[in-house]
Amino acid sequence: MINHSVEQEYQDIVEAYEKSGGDRHALLDENVARLVIHENRVLGADGAEGLLIETRETQNGADISLVVEEGKKIKQPVHLCFGVLPEEGLQEIILKVNARDNSEVRVVAHCIFPNAVKVIHKMDADIEIGRNARFHYTETHYHGEYGGIEVIPKAKIVVNEGGMWVSTLALTQGVVGKLDYDFEVFCQEKAVAELVIKAYGKKEDYIKVWERIHLNGAGSRGLARARIVLTDKARAEVQGETYGNAPQARGHVDCVELVSGEQAVARAIPIVEVTDGKAKVTHEAAIGSIDRRQVETLMARGLEEDEAVDVIVKGILR
Amino acid sequence: MLVIEDLQLKLNGRAIIDGLNLRVGQGEIYGLLGENGTGKTTVAYLVMGVGDNKPTGGKIFFEGQDIGPLSVSQRARLGISLAWQEPARIEGLSVRDYLRLSGRDADLEAVKHYLWMVGLEPGQYLDRDVDETLSGGERKRIELAAVLAMRPKLAILDEPDSGIDIISLPFILEGISEMNKQGSSVLLVTHNEKVVELAHRVSVMCAGKIIQTGPAVATSLWFKEKCKKCPHVNEPEEEHS
Repeated sequence: MINHSVEQEYQDIVEAYEKSGGDRHALLDENVARLVIHENRVLGADGAEGLLIETRETQNGADISLVVEEGKKIKQPVHLCFGVLPEEGLQEIILKVNARDNSEVRVVAHCIFPNAVKVIHKMDADIEIGRNARFHYTETHYHGEYGGIEVIPKAKIVVNEGGMWVSTLALTQGVVGKLDYDFEVFCQEKAVAELVIKAYGKKEDYIKVWERIHLNGAGSRGLARARIVLTDKARAEVQGETYGNAPQARGHVDCVELVSGEQAVARAIPIVEVTDGKAKVTHEAAIGSIDRRQVETLMARGLEEDEAVDVIVKGILR
Repeated sequence: MLVIEDLQLKLNGRAIIDGLNLRVGQGEIYGLLGENGTGKTTVAYLVMGVGDNKPTGGKIFFEGQDIGPLSVSQRARLGISLAWQEPARIEGLSVRDYLRLSGRDADLEAVKHYLWMVGLEPGQYLDRDVDETLSGGERKRIELAAVLAMRPKLAILDEPDSGIDIISLPFILEGISEMNKQGSSVLLVTHNEKVVELAHRVSVMCAGKIIQTGPAVATSLWFKEKCKKCPHVNEPEEEHS
């Protein structure tokens, strides 16, 4: 339900979302479960059958509780929208998620900071995925061209027996600013976790990624994947860690960082550790310039060099 | 259509391509046959303008135009294309989009048609990526489909049969014939004396030179008899007989 006093503010954020390439209907359709927060104001919070959303405004943001009831499968994606429209601001989101046993939900989060000159967006999430529950989380950021934004998402995720957590954070539009990403997952027996981050660093952007997956249950599986493209003077440091601590646990750390130009700097630190003789964890990390053969392949199809590079970058970040 | 005159490439004082002359006619499948290391792929790359090397001598003309100063993109827009021996894998680029951009925004039906032409069922491939998940044979068939989609005036196919499975080979050969039927001339680079029999005319390369030219079957036989056990690979001899 949208409160009349905040209707204009809601419209403003929908406009900003649409200008950033989003589909406004996702935030306006009353049949879609959604949560919209501008700075520290909760502009709309609509759950659905089997999905409870509770919020509490705080001084600099909001505390959110999102519960998916046992056995409930939420058909439509749930849309979350966090934004700061002024040039300056601080938004701190405390998110507590409980996807109960055998539930299923797909959450699409949009983070909108189109005018940021000095904005900080923090998210601290505590997430529990129940037995055989499935939770897909996609977070897409829309930043402006100023680069004055600092994004600090931090999550601790527990995936219980047979559960699945799949998350993708994409920061590929506008200027990243400073990103300090820290996601840690603990997988119980036969649980599955997939952490994916995609970022396109430009100008003076700084991207720090820390992904950790603990495969603590027998037969658990984990994938920590990072796809980073850097141009100008952007810098990135990606640390992907996976720990195989149980029999038949299988994990993989996969990091690709492409560097375009002379001044961008990429660093990758894959860490794999096995404490159980029947676990297996692998890693691959590739850092380098955009592959010349790929560029020439597309040029041989008639694309100009910059068009070819664009296709390759979009592919990596898709 | 394609005229190569006295082409030379010297690297560190060594002649990789040594005064090579070659003419590919309109609508012709022209085979360039030779053992590994004789310079065939280098010729293909110099014509397309890819790779690290530029000719150190000679000229390459396409439809009468000296293409030496042109970029890869410019050569492609003139109607030249190349299918690599080991095609690049491009993460996140779907087969659909790859064929579409190859065919200059070809519509979906056209994209499907080109997949069928190389024996791939569109429903199984359109949404897959042109990446490491494809087998070598699948990737090469998709590369051939991409060149078909371009409808180039000249298709340069570098070892189209190498590294592919026995099931894929007939589709590759059929695709080359189809390419020729739709009007493309083909420069077929291979070390396989059977595959080269698709060609109308064949030249044998050794040590950066053409040492024999003639009809496909006869030249293929000549190659088999003269070159298979010859130690002259990339070591220019005064004379070959």
